[in-house]
Amino acid sequence: MNGATPGPLLEVDGVSVRFGALLALQQVSLTVQPGEVLAIIGPNGAGKTTLLNVISGFYHPDQGRIRFAGRDRTWLRPPDVAALGIARTFQNVALFRGMSVLDNIMTGRLLRMRGNVLFDALWWGPARRQELEHRAFVERIIDFLEIQAIRKTPAGQLPYGLQKRVELARALAAEPQLLLLDEPMAGMNVEEKEDMCRFILDVNEEFGTTIALIEHDMGVVMDISDRVMVLDYGRKIADGTPEQVRKDQAVLDAYLGVAHD
Amino acid sequence: MTEVLAGLVAPFADIASSPRFFAEVLIGGVAAGLMYSLVALGFVLIFKASGVFNFAQGVMVLFAALTLVGLIERGLPVAVALALTVLVMVLLAFAIERIVLRPLVNQEYIILFMATIGLNFFLEGFGEMVWGANVKRLDVGIPDTSFKVAGVLVNRLELTAAVTAAVLVTVLAVFFQKTRIGRALRAVADDHEAALSIGIPLKTIWTVVWSVAGLVAIVAGIMWGAKSGVQFSLSLIALKALPVLILGGFTSVPGAIAGGLIIGVGEKIAEVYWGPLVGGAIENWFAYVIALAFLLFRPQGLFGERIIERV
Repeated sequence: MNGATPGPLLEVDGVSVRFGALLALQQVSLTVQPGEVLAIIGPNGAGKTTLLNVISGFYHPDQGRIRFAGRDRTWLRPPDVAALGIARTFQNVALFRGMSVLDNIMTGRLLRMRGNVLFDALWWGPARRQELEHRAFVERIIDFLEIQAIRKTPAGQLPYGLQKRVELARALAAEPQLLLLDEPMAGMNVEEKEDMCRFILDVNEEFGTTIALIEHDMGVVMDISDRVMVLDYGRKIADGTPEQVRKDQAVLDAYLGVAHD
Repeated sequence: MTEVLAGLVAPFADIASSPRFFAEVLIGGVAAGLMYSLVALGFVLIFKASGVFNFAQGVMVLFAALTLVGLIERGLPVAVALALTVLVMVLLAFAIERIVLRPLVNQEYIILFMATIGLNFFLEGFGEMVWGANVKRLDVGIPDTSFKVAGVLVNRLELTAAVTAAVLVTVLAVFFQKTRIGRALRAVADDHEAALSIGIPLKTIWTVVWSVAGLVAIVAGIMWGAKSGVQFSLSLIALKALPVLILGGFTSVPGAIAGGLIIGVGEKIAEVYWGPLVGGAIENWFAYVIALAFLLFRPQGLFGERIIERV
Protein backbone atom coordinates (compact mmCIF):
# COMPACT_ATOMS: atom_id res chain seq x y z
CA MET A 1 0.00 0.00 0.00
CA ASN A 2 1.18 3.48 -0.72
CA GLY A 3 -0.33 6.91 -0.33
CA ALA A 4 -1.55 7.13 -3.94
CA THR A 5 -4.33 4.58 -3.53
CA PRO A 6 -5.46 4.80 0.05
CA GLY A 7 -6.96 1.55 1.31
CA PRO A 8 -9.44 1.22 4.13
CA LEU A 9 -8.59 3.19 7.27
CA LEU A 10 -9.51 0.32 9.54
CA GLU A 11 -9.73 -3.38 8.81
CA VAL A 12 -11.12 -5.81 11.34
CA ASP A 13 -10.47 -9.28 10.06
CA GLY A 14 -12.22 -12.35 11.50
CA VAL A 15 -12.14 -11.14 15.09
CA SER A 16 -13.50 -13.37 17.87
CA VAL A 17 -13.69 -12.44 21.54
CA ARG A 18 -14.65 -14.89 24.24
CA PHE A 19 -15.59 -14.18 27.85
CA GLY A 20 -15.56 -17.58 29.52
CA ALA A 21 -18.32 -19.56 27.86
CA LEU A 22 -19.77 -16.54 26.09
CA LEU A 23 -18.67 -15.80 22.55
CA ALA A 24 -19.12 -12.03 22.49
CA LEU A 25 -17.83 -11.71 18.93
CA GLN A 26 -17.62 -14.48 16.34
CA GLN A 27 -15.48 -14.04 13.26
CA VAL A 28 -16.50 -10.44 12.77
CA SER A 29 -14.95 -8.64 9.82
CA LEU A 30 -15.38 -5.02 9.01
CA THR A 31 -13.69 -2.31 7.00
CA VAL A 32 -13.99 1.40 7.54
CA GLN A 33 -13.20 3.64 4.57
CA PRO A 34 -11.55 7.01 5.14
CA GLY A 35 -14.11 9.79 5.52
CA GLU A 36 -17.23 7.70 6.03
CA VAL A 37 -19.75 7.57 8.84
CA LEU A 38 -20.39 3.97 9.81
CA ALA A 39 -23.15 2.96 12.21
CA ILE A 40 -22.94 -0.27 14.17
CA ILE A 41 -26.36 -1.42 15.30
CA GLY A 42 -27.86 -4.51 16.86
CA PRO A 43 -30.05 -5.65 19.75
CA ASN A 44 -28.80 -5.43 23.34
CA GLY A 45 -25.93 -7.78 24.03
CA ALA A 46 -25.10 -8.16 20.35
CA GLY A 47 -21.43 -7.30 20.94
CA LYS A 48 -21.35 -3.71 19.68
CA THR A 49 -19.46 -2.25 22.63
CA THR A 50 -17.15 -5.27 22.68
CA LEU A 51 -16.27 -4.53 19.07
CA LEU A 52 -15.53 -0.91 19.93
CA ASN A 53 -13.41 -2.04 22.89
CA VAL A 54 -11.41 -4.34 20.66
CA ILE A 55 -10.80 -1.57 18.14
CA SER A 56 -9.66 0.85 20.86
CA GLY A 57 -7.42 -1.75 22.52
CA PHE A 58 -9.33 -2.26 25.79
CA TYR A 59 -9.86 -5.92 24.84
CA HIS A 60 -7.67 -8.05 22.67
CA PRO A 61 -9.17 -10.55 20.24
CA ASP A 62 -8.81 -14.30 20.82
CA GLN A 63 -8.71 -14.70 17.04
CA GLY A 64 -8.33 -12.40 14.08
CA ARG A 65 -6.42 -9.26 13.26
CA ILE A 66 -6.93 -5.54 13.28
CA ARG A 67 -5.17 -3.20 10.90
CA PHE A 68 -5.22 0.56 11.09
CA ALA A 69 -4.00 2.69 8.18
CA GLY A 70 -2.45 -0.43 6.65
CA ARG A 71 -0.49 -1.48 9.76
CA ASP A 72 -1.26 -4.38 12.06
CA ARG A 73 -2.20 -3.21 15.54
CA THR A 74 -4.02 -6.18 17.00
CA TRP A 75 -2.03 -6.20 20.24
CA LEU A 76 -1.68 -2.52 21.03
CA ARG A 77 -2.88 -1.18 24.38
CA PRO A 78 -5.32 1.73 24.71
CA PRO A 79 -2.76 4.55 25.12
CA ASP A 80 -0.87 3.35 22.04
CA VAL A 81 -4.07 3.04 20.04
CA ALA A 82 -4.91 6.60 21.01
CA ALA A 83 -1.47 7.67 19.86
CA LEU A 84 -2.17 6.20 16.41
CA GLY A 85 -5.11 8.56 16.00
CA ILE A 86 -8.14 6.67 17.29
CA ALA A 87 -10.25 8.55 19.82
CA ARG A 88 -13.39 7.31 21.52
CA THR A 89 -16.23 8.14 23.85
CA PHE A 90 -17.88 5.81 26.32
CA GLN A 91 -21.40 4.54 26.73
CA ASN A 92 -21.51 5.73 30.34
CA VAL A 93 -19.79 9.08 29.92
CA ALA A 94 -16.21 8.86 31.24
CA LEU A 95 -15.22 12.45 31.96
CA PHE A 96 -12.71 13.77 34.47
CA ARG A 97 -15.45 14.86 36.81
CA GLY A 98 -13.38 17.05 39.09
CA MET A 99 -11.87 19.08 36.26
CA SER A 100 -13.41 22.01 34.45
CA VAL A 101 -14.76 21.49 30.95
CA LEU A 102 -11.80 23.41 29.56
CA ASP A 103 -9.30 21.22 31.45
CA ASN A 104 -11.09 18.09 30.29
CA ILE A 105 -10.71 19.12 26.68
CA MET A 106 -7.12 20.28 27.19
CA THR A 107 -6.37 16.85 28.64
CA GLY A 108 -7.64 15.33 25.41
CA ARG A 109 -4.90 17.33 23.75
CA LEU A 110 -2.09 15.76 25.82
CA LEU A 111 -0.98 13.47 23.03
CA ARG A 112 -0.35 16.47 20.80
CA MET A 113 1.81 18.18 23.38
CA ARG A 114 5.53 17.76 23.55
CA GLY A 115 7.66 19.22 26.19
CA ASN A 116 10.10 19.38 28.94
CA VAL A 117 9.08 18.77 32.51
CA LEU A 118 11.30 21.53 33.83
CA PHE A 119 9.95 24.16 31.44
CA ASP A 120 6.49 22.87 32.21
CA ALA A 121 7.04 23.30 35.90
CA LEU A 122 8.39 26.80 35.48
CA TRP A 123 5.54 27.65 33.12
CA TRP A 124 8.11 29.27 30.94
CA GLY A 125 9.39 29.58 27.37
CA PRO A 126 8.34 26.88 24.91
CA ALA A 127 5.96 25.34 27.42
CA ARG A 128 3.99 28.53 27.68
CA ARG A 129 3.92 29.12 23.93
CA GLN A 130 2.82 25.55 23.36
CA GLU A 131 0.10 25.81 25.97
CA LEU A 132 -1.25 28.91 24.24
CA GLU A 133 -1.28 27.25 20.82
CA HIS A 134 -3.12 24.25 22.14
CA ARG A 135 -5.46 26.49 24.02
CA ALA A 136 -6.33 28.23 20.75
CA PHE A 137 -7.19 24.91 19.13
CA VAL A 138 -9.29 23.86 22.10
CA GLU A 139 -11.17 27.18 21.94
CA ARG A 140 -12.03 26.35 18.33
CA ILE A 141 -13.56 23.07 19.40
CA ILE A 142 -15.44 24.80 22.20
CA ASP A 143 -16.90 27.27 19.70
CA PHE A 144 -17.64 24.49 17.27
CA LEU A 145 -19.63 22.47 19.82
CA GLU A 146 -21.24 25.58 21.29
CA ILE A 147 -20.15 25.01 24.87
CA GLN A 148 -18.58 28.42 25.54
CA ALA A 149 -20.94 29.08 28.44
CA ILE A 150 -19.84 26.08 30.50
CA ARG A 151 -16.08 26.04 29.95
CA LYS A 152 -15.24 26.78 33.59
CA THR A 153 -17.86 24.44 35.07
CA PRO A 154 -16.63 21.21 36.68
CA ALA A 155 -17.62 18.44 34.27
CA GLY A 156 -19.27 16.37 37.00
CA GLN A 157 -21.87 19.07 37.64
CA LEU A 158 -23.17 19.24 34.06
CA PRO A 159 -26.41 17.67 32.90
CA TYR A 160 -26.01 14.39 31.06
CA GLY A 161 -26.54 15.73 27.54
CA LEU A 162 -23.82 18.32 27.97
CA GLN A 163 -21.45 15.78 29.49
CA LYS A 164 -21.78 13.75 26.31
CA ARG A 165 -20.95 16.84 24.29
CA VAL A 166 -17.88 17.58 26.41
CA GLU A 167 -16.74 14.00 25.98
CA LEU A 168 -17.02 14.45 22.22
CA ALA A 169 -15.01 17.67 22.51
CA ARG A 170 -12.27 15.88 24.45
CA ALA A 171 -12.08 13.17 21.78
CA LEU A 172 -11.90 15.81 19.03
CA ALA A 173 -9.09 17.64 20.81
CA ALA A 174 -6.75 14.80 19.89
CA GLU A 175 -7.50 15.45 16.19
CA PRO A 176 -8.20 11.77 15.60
CA GLN A 177 -8.34 10.12 12.20
CA LEU A 178 -10.95 7.71 13.46
CA LEU A 179 -13.56 8.64 16.03
CA LEU A 180 -15.44 5.88 17.86
CA LEU A 181 -18.69 6.96 19.52
CA ASP A 182 -20.48 4.57 21.86
CA GLU A 183 -24.15 5.59 21.91
CA PRO A 184 -23.55 9.33 21.60
CA MET A 185 -27.28 10.04 21.86
CA ALA A 186 -28.37 7.66 24.59
CA GLY A 187 -30.56 9.33 27.19
CA MET A 188 -30.94 12.56 25.25
CA ASN A 189 -34.13 14.40 24.44
CA VAL A 190 -35.15 15.13 20.86
CA GLU A 191 -33.56 18.55 20.74
CA GLU A 192 -30.24 17.33 22.18
CA LYS A 193 -30.27 14.47 19.69
CA GLU A 194 -30.72 16.87 16.80
CA ASP A 195 -27.81 18.95 18.04
CA MET A 196 -25.61 15.88 18.41
CA CYS A 197 -26.50 14.68 14.88
CA ARG A 198 -25.55 18.04 13.48
CA PHE A 199 -22.23 18.02 15.37
CA ILE A 200 -21.36 14.53 14.19
CA LEU A 201 -22.06 15.43 10.55
CA ASP A 202 -20.16 18.72 10.90
CA VAL A 203 -17.15 16.96 12.42
CA ASN A 204 -17.19 14.52 9.54
CA GLU A 205 -17.37 17.29 6.96
CA GLU A 206 -15.20 20.01 8.45
CA PHE A 207 -12.42 17.94 10.00
CA GLY A 208 -12.72 15.03 7.59
CA THR A 209 -12.83 12.69 10.57
CA THR A 210 -13.89 9.12 9.90
CA ILE A 211 -16.57 8.09 12.38
CA ALA A 212 -17.82 4.73 13.62
CA LEU A 213 -20.72 4.95 16.03
CA ILE A 214 -23.03 2.70 17.96
CA GLU A 215 -26.62 3.93 18.14
CA HIS A 216 -30.05 2.58 18.99
CA ASP A 217 -32.21 5.32 17.54
CA MET A 218 -32.97 4.00 14.04
CA GLY A 219 -34.16 7.36 12.76
CA VAL A 220 -30.81 8.86 13.67
CA VAL A 221 -28.88 5.95 12.21
CA MET A 222 -30.69 6.13 8.88
CA ASP A 223 -30.20 9.90 8.73
CA ILE A 224 -26.53 10.32 9.43
CA SER A 225 -24.70 7.18 8.37
CA ASP A 226 -23.19 6.35 5.01
CA ARG A 227 -23.13 2.69 5.88
CA VAL A 228 -24.72 0.47 8.51
CA MET A 229 -23.39 -2.74 9.98
CA VAL A 230 -25.65 -5.01 12.01
CA LEU A 231 -24.52 -7.37 14.78
CA ASP A 232 -26.63 -10.05 16.40
CA TYR A 233 -25.38 -12.52 19.02
CA GLY A 234 -21.80 -11.61 18.20
CA ARG A 235 -22.15 -12.22 14.46
CA LYS A 236 -22.31 -9.77 11.62
CA ILE A 237 -25.68 -10.26 9.92
CA ALA A 238 -25.74 -7.31 7.53
CA ASP A 239 -23.51 -4.57 6.14
CA GLY A 240 -24.62 -2.00 3.56
CA THR A 241 -26.27 1.34 2.93
CA PRO A 242 -29.09 2.36 5.29
CA GLU A 243 -31.57 1.55 2.52
CA GLN A 244 -30.25 -1.98 2.01
CA VAL A 245 -30.09 -2.73 5.70
CA ARG A 246 -33.60 -1.44 6.32
CA LYS A 247 -35.00 -4.04 3.92
CA ASP A 248 -32.75 -6.92 4.97
CA GLN A 249 -34.79 -9.87 6.20
CA ALA A 250 -32.16 -11.09 8.68
CA VAL A 251 -32.10 -7.64 10.27
CA LEU A 252 -35.87 -7.48 10.54
CA ASP A 253 -35.86 -10.91 12.19
CA ALA A 254 -33.19 -9.94 14.65
CA TYR A 255 -35.02 -6.81 15.70
CA LEU A 256 -38.58 -8.00 15.60
CA GLY A 257 -37.97 -11.60 16.54
CA VAL A 258 -40.40 -12.82 13.85
CA ALA A 259 -40.23 -16.49 12.97
CA HIS A 260 -40.16 -17.14 9.25
CA ASP A 261 -40.54 -20.37 7.37
CA MET B 1 -18.09 20.98 88.83
CA THR B 2 -17.25 24.66 89.01
CA GLU B 3 -13.62 23.72 89.56
CA VAL B 4 -13.52 21.73 86.32
CA LEU B 5 -15.16 24.60 84.46
CA ALA B 6 -12.69 27.03 85.92
CA GLY B 7 -9.88 24.73 84.85
CA LEU B 8 -11.20 24.65 81.31
CA VAL B 9 -11.60 28.40 81.09
CA ALA B 10 -8.48 29.51 82.94
CA PRO B 11 -6.09 28.76 80.02
CA PHE B 12 -7.84 31.40 77.92
CA ALA B 13 -6.80 33.94 80.52
CA ASP B 14 -3.22 32.59 80.27
CA ILE B 15 -3.29 33.04 76.50
CA ALA B 16 -4.51 36.61 76.83
CA SER B 17 -2.00 37.50 79.53
CA SER B 18 1.14 36.40 77.68
CA PRO B 19 0.69 36.71 73.91
CA ARG B 20 4.41 36.19 73.23
CA PHE B 21 4.42 32.76 74.78
CA PHE B 22 1.25 31.96 72.87
CA ALA B 23 2.98 33.05 69.64
CA GLU B 24 5.85 30.67 70.41
CA VAL B 25 3.43 27.79 70.97
CA LEU B 26 1.70 28.72 67.74
CA ILE B 27 4.97 28.75 65.78
CA GLY B 28 5.96 25.40 67.21
CA GLY B 29 2.58 24.06 66.20
CA VAL B 30 2.85 25.41 62.64
CA ALA B 31 6.31 23.88 62.27
CA ALA B 32 5.15 20.48 63.48
CA GLY B 33 2.00 20.82 61.37
CA LEU B 34 3.90 21.45 58.14
CA MET B 35 5.89 18.30 58.77
CA TYR B 36 2.69 16.32 59.21
CA SER B 37 1.43 17.90 56.00
CA LEU B 38 4.52 16.74 54.19
CA VAL B 39 3.99 13.13 55.21
CA ALA B 40 0.27 13.34 54.45
CA LEU B 41 1.10 14.79 51.04
CA GLY B 42 2.93 11.60 50.12
CA PHE B 43 -0.24 9.64 50.87
CA VAL B 44 -2.48 12.05 48.96
CA LEU B 45 -0.32 11.97 45.82
CA ILE B 46 -0.46 8.21 45.53
CA PHE B 47 -4.08 7.97 46.59
CA LYS B 48 -5.13 10.56 44.02
CA ALA B 49 -3.37 8.94 41.12
CA SER B 50 -4.08 5.30 41.81
CA GLY B 51 -6.70 5.03 44.52
CA VAL B 52 -4.20 3.09 46.59
CA PHE B 53 -3.74 3.88 50.23
CA ASN B 54 0.00 3.48 50.54
CA PHE B 55 0.59 1.95 53.94
CA ALA B 56 4.35 2.08 53.30
CA GLN B 57 4.59 5.89 53.09
CA GLY B 58 5.93 6.16 56.66
CA VAL B 59 8.57 3.53 56.02
CA MET B 60 9.52 5.32 52.82
CA VAL B 61 10.29 8.38 54.97
CA LEU B 62 12.44 6.22 57.24
CA PHE B 63 14.09 4.45 54.32
CA ALA B 64 14.98 7.75 52.64
CA ALA B 65 16.45 9.15 55.86
CA LEU B 66 18.38 5.93 56.53
CA THR B 67 19.83 5.91 53.05
CA LEU B 68 20.92 9.53 53.33
CA VAL B 69 22.52 9.08 56.75
CA GLY B 70 24.13 5.80 55.70
CA LEU B 71 25.73 7.42 52.65
CA ILE B 72 26.95 10.40 54.67
CA GLU B 73 28.44 8.04 57.28
CA ARG B 74 30.39 6.33 54.52
CA GLY B 75 32.14 9.62 53.91
CA LEU B 76 30.23 11.07 50.97
CA PRO B 77 29.65 14.82 50.84
CA VAL B 78 26.08 15.77 51.81
CA ALA B 79 25.20 16.97 48.30
CA VAL B 80 26.37 13.73 46.66
CA ALA B 81 24.62 11.64 49.29
CA LEU B 82 21.43 13.59 48.70
CA ALA B 83 21.62 13.12 44.93
CA LEU B 84 22.17 9.39 45.40
CA THR B 85 19.24 9.20 47.80
CA VAL B 86 17.02 10.85 45.19
CA LEU B 87 18.24 8.27 42.69
CA VAL B 88 17.49 5.43 45.10
CA MET B 89 13.95 6.68 45.70
CA VAL B 90 13.28 7.03 41.96
CA LEU B 91 14.62 3.52 41.34
CA LEU B 92 12.41 2.32 44.16
CA ALA B 93 9.41 3.89 42.39
CA PHE B 94 10.29 2.07 39.15
CA ALA B 95 10.68 -1.20 41.02
CA ILE B 96 7.37 -0.80 42.86
CA GLU B 97 5.53 -0.05 39.62
CA ARG B 98 7.09 -3.04 37.87
CA ILE B 99 7.02 -5.63 40.66
CA VAL B 100 4.04 -4.64 42.80
CA LEU B 101 1.58 -2.49 40.85
CA ARG B 102 1.71 -3.78 37.30
CA PRO B 103 0.87 -7.40 38.11
CA LEU B 104 -2.03 -6.16 40.26
CA VAL B 105 -3.66 -3.87 37.70
CA ASN B 106 -7.48 -4.07 37.84
CA GLN B 107 -7.42 -5.85 41.20
CA GLU B 108 -9.55 -4.68 44.10
CA TYR B 109 -8.14 -1.71 45.96
CA ILE B 110 -7.98 -3.73 49.16
CA ILE B 111 -5.53 -6.09 47.45
CA LEU B 112 -3.30 -3.20 46.43
CA PHE B 113 -3.54 -1.95 50.00
CA MET B 114 -2.41 -5.34 51.28
CA ALA B 115 0.47 -5.20 48.81
CA THR B 116 1.61 -1.90 50.32
CA ILE B 117 1.53 -3.49 53.79
CA GLY B 118 3.89 -6.11 52.40
CA LEU B 119 6.01 -3.35 50.94
CA ASN B 120 6.06 -1.72 54.37
CA PHE B 121 7.56 -4.79 56.02
CA PHE B 122 9.98 -5.37 53.18
CA LEU B 123 11.36 -1.83 53.27
CA GLU B 124 11.65 -1.88 57.04
CA GLY B 125 13.62 -5.12 57.01
CA PHE B 126 15.66 -4.19 53.98
CA GLY B 127 16.60 -0.81 55.46
CA GLU B 128 17.67 -2.46 58.70
CA MET B 129 19.70 -5.07 56.85
CA VAL B 130 21.59 -2.53 54.75
CA TRP B 131 22.02 0.35 57.18
CA GLY B 132 21.76 -1.21 60.65
CA ALA B 133 19.19 -0.71 63.39
CA ASN B 134 20.89 1.77 65.71
CA VAL B 135 19.74 5.35 66.14
CA LYS B 136 21.67 7.71 63.87
CA ARG B 137 22.22 11.40 64.09
CA LEU B 138 21.49 13.39 60.95
CA ASP B 139 23.37 16.67 60.77
CA VAL B 140 22.19 18.90 57.96
CA GLY B 141 24.30 21.84 59.07
CA ILE B 142 21.51 23.88 60.62
CA PRO B 143 21.93 24.34 64.37
CA ASP B 144 19.01 23.38 66.59
CA THR B 145 19.13 26.76 68.31
CA SER B 146 16.79 29.69 68.63
CA PHE B 147 16.82 33.41 67.97
CA LYS B 148 14.41 36.17 68.87
CA VAL B 149 12.08 37.98 66.50
CA ALA B 150 10.11 40.79 68.20
CA GLY B 151 10.66 39.09 71.52
CA VAL B 152 9.41 35.71 70.28
CA LEU B 153 11.75 32.74 70.31
CA VAL B 154 12.09 31.04 66.91
CA ASN B 155 13.97 27.78 66.40
CA ARG B 156 16.29 27.83 63.35
CA LEU B 157 15.77 24.19 62.47
CA GLU B 158 12.00 24.43 62.74
CA LEU B 159 12.01 27.60 60.67
CA THR B 160 14.09 25.97 57.92
CA ALA B 161 11.85 22.93 57.94
CA ALA B 162 8.74 25.07 57.72
CA VAL B 163 10.08 27.15 54.84
CA THR B 164 11.24 24.05 52.96
CA ALA B 165 7.90 22.35 53.44
CA ALA B 166 6.05 25.47 52.29
CA VAL B 167 8.20 25.75 49.14
CA LEU B 168 7.80 22.06 48.32
CA VAL B 169 4.06 22.19 48.78
CA THR B 170 3.81 25.25 46.51
CA VAL B 171 5.93 23.63 43.81
CA LEU B 172 3.79 20.49 43.92
CA ALA B 173 0.59 22.50 43.75
CA VAL B 174 1.87 24.33 40.64
CA PHE B 175 3.08 21.05 39.17
CA PHE B 176 -0.38 19.54 39.58
CA GLN B 177 -2.35 22.51 38.32
CA LYS B 178 -0.21 23.83 35.49
CA THR B 179 1.87 21.16 33.83
CA ARG B 180 1.11 18.56 31.23
CA ILE B 181 2.10 15.74 33.55
CA GLY B 182 0.11 17.25 36.39
CA ARG B 183 -2.96 17.32 34.19
CA ALA B 184 -2.37 13.71 33.21
CA LEU B 185 -2.06 12.80 36.89
CA ARG B 186 -5.36 14.41 37.72
CA ALA B 187 -6.93 12.70 34.73
CA VAL B 188 -5.76 9.28 35.90
CA ALA B 189 -7.04 10.08 39.39
CA ASP B 190 -10.48 10.91 38.02
CA ASP B 191 -11.04 8.07 35.57
CA HIS B 192 -8.61 5.31 34.56
CA GLU B 193 -10.47 4.22 31.43
CA ALA B 194 -10.97 7.69 30.06
CA ALA B 195 -7.31 8.50 30.74
CA LEU B 196 -6.20 5.41 28.83
CA SER B 197 -8.49 6.25 25.93
CA ILE B 198 -6.89 9.62 25.40
CA GLY B 199 -3.41 8.17 25.40
CA ILE B 200 -2.19 8.53 28.98
CA PRO B 201 -0.06 5.50 29.89
CA LEU B 202 -0.84 4.38 33.45
CA LYS B 203 2.62 2.91 34.04
CA THR B 204 4.40 6.17 33.40
CA ILE B 205 2.00 8.07 35.61
CA TRP B 206 2.38 5.59 38.46
CA THR B 207 6.15 5.72 38.25
CA VAL B 208 6.06 9.53 38.33
CA VAL B 209 3.69 9.56 41.29
CA TRP B 210 5.71 7.10 43.36
CA SER B 211 8.89 9.01 42.50
CA VAL B 212 7.35 12.26 43.69
CA ALA B 213 6.08 10.52 46.84
CA GLY B 214 9.66 9.27 47.30
CA LEU B 215 11.05 12.81 47.01
CA VAL B 216 8.50 14.08 49.51
CA ALA B 217 9.58 11.22 51.78
CA ILE B 218 13.21 12.36 51.52
CA VAL B 219 12.35 15.91 52.60
CA ALA B 220 10.16 14.66 55.43
CA GLY B 221 12.87 12.19 56.44
CA ILE B 222 15.55 14.87 56.58
CA MET B 223 13.42 17.24 58.62
CA TRP B 224 12.18 14.70 61.15
CA GLY B 225 15.56 12.97 61.23
CA ALA B 226 17.43 16.18 61.97
CA LYS B 227 15.04 16.91 64.82
CA SER B 228 14.77 13.57 66.56
CA GLY B 229 17.43 11.33 65.03
CA VAL B 230 16.99 8.68 62.37
CA GLN B 231 15.47 5.63 64.02
CA PHE B 232 12.76 3.13 63.35
CA SER B 233 10.14 5.04 65.28
CA LEU B 234 10.36 7.54 62.40
CA SER B 235 8.06 5.31 60.37
CA LEU B 236 5.40 5.81 63.05
CA ILE B 237 4.86 9.43 62.03
CA ALA B 238 2.80 7.88 59.26
CA LEU B 239 0.24 7.19 61.98
CA LYS B 240 0.05 10.93 62.64
CA ALA B 241 -0.61 11.48 58.96
CA LEU B 242 -3.82 9.45 59.18
CA PRO B 243 -5.83 11.99 61.21
CA VAL B 244 -4.39 14.70 58.96
CA LEU B 245 -5.79 12.86 55.95
CA ILE B 246 -9.18 12.33 57.55
CA LEU B 247 -9.31 16.01 58.42
CA GLY B 248 -8.15 17.31 55.05
CA GLY B 249 -9.68 14.73 52.77
CA PHE B 250 -7.77 11.91 51.12
CA THR B 251 -7.83 13.44 47.66
CA SER B 252 -6.92 17.02 48.36
CA VAL B 253 -3.43 18.54 48.28
CA PRO B 254 -4.59 21.79 49.96
CA GLY B 255 -6.49 19.57 52.41
CA ALA B 256 -3.31 17.77 53.43
CA ILE B 257 -1.66 21.10 54.14
CA ALA B 258 -4.57 22.61 56.07
CA GLY B 259 -5.16 19.35 57.94
CA GLY B 260 -1.52 19.16 58.99
CA LEU B 261 -1.51 22.75 60.22
CA ILE B 262 -4.77 22.38 62.16
CA ILE B 263 -3.56 19.25 63.88
CA GLY B 264 -0.05 20.57 64.51
CA VAL B 265 -1.27 23.82 66.03
CA GLY B 266 -4.26 22.24 67.76
CA GLU B 267 -2.31 19.59 69.60
CA LYS B 268 0.42 21.99 70.72
CA ILE B 269 -2.09 24.45 72.15
CA ALA B 270 -4.12 21.70 73.77
CA GLU B 271 -0.98 20.20 75.31
CA VAL B 272 0.49 23.42 76.65
CA TYR B 273 -2.67 25.02 78.01
CA TRP B 274 -5.06 22.20 78.78
CA GLY B 275 -2.54 19.42 79.30
CA PRO B 276 -1.96 20.06 83.02
CA LEU B 277 -5.70 19.71 83.62
CA VAL B 278 -5.63 16.01 82.74
CA GLY B 279 -2.01 15.31 83.62
CA GLY B 280 -0.54 15.92 80.17
CA ALA B 281 0.06 13.79 77.07
CA ILE B 282 -2.87 15.35 75.20
CA GLU B 283 -0.51 15.66 72.23
CA ASN B 284 -0.57 11.89 71.80
CA TRP B 285 -4.28 11.48 71.29
CA PHE B 286 -5.63 14.91 70.38
CA ALA B 287 -5.25 14.33 66.62
CA TYR B 288 -7.16 11.06 66.74
CA VAL B 289 -10.06 12.55 68.67
CA ILE B 290 -10.38 15.30 66.08
CA ALA B 291 -10.24 12.68 63.34
CA LEU B 292 -12.97 10.71 65.09
CA ALA B 293 -15.18 13.79 65.30
CA PHE B 294 -14.66 14.39 61.58
CA LEU B 295 -15.48 10.80 60.72
CA LEU B 296 -18.77 11.21 62.54
CA PHE B 297 -19.82 14.55 61.14
CA ARG B 298 -17.91 15.17 57.92
CA PRO B 299 -16.39 11.92 56.64
CA GLN B 300 -15.15 13.44 53.39
CA GLY B 301 -12.90 15.82 55.33
CA LEU B 302 -12.57 19.55 54.84
CA PHE B 303 -11.65 19.50 51.16
CA GLY B 304 -12.25 15.95 50.04
CA GLU B 305 -14.67 15.03 47.33
CA ARG B 306 -18.02 13.97 48.66
CA ILE B 307 -18.79 10.54 47.36
CA ILE B 308 -22.42 9.91 46.63
CA GLU B 309 -23.07 6.34 45.63
CA ARG B 310 -25.59 5.93 42.86
CA VAL B 311 -28.29 3.51 43.84
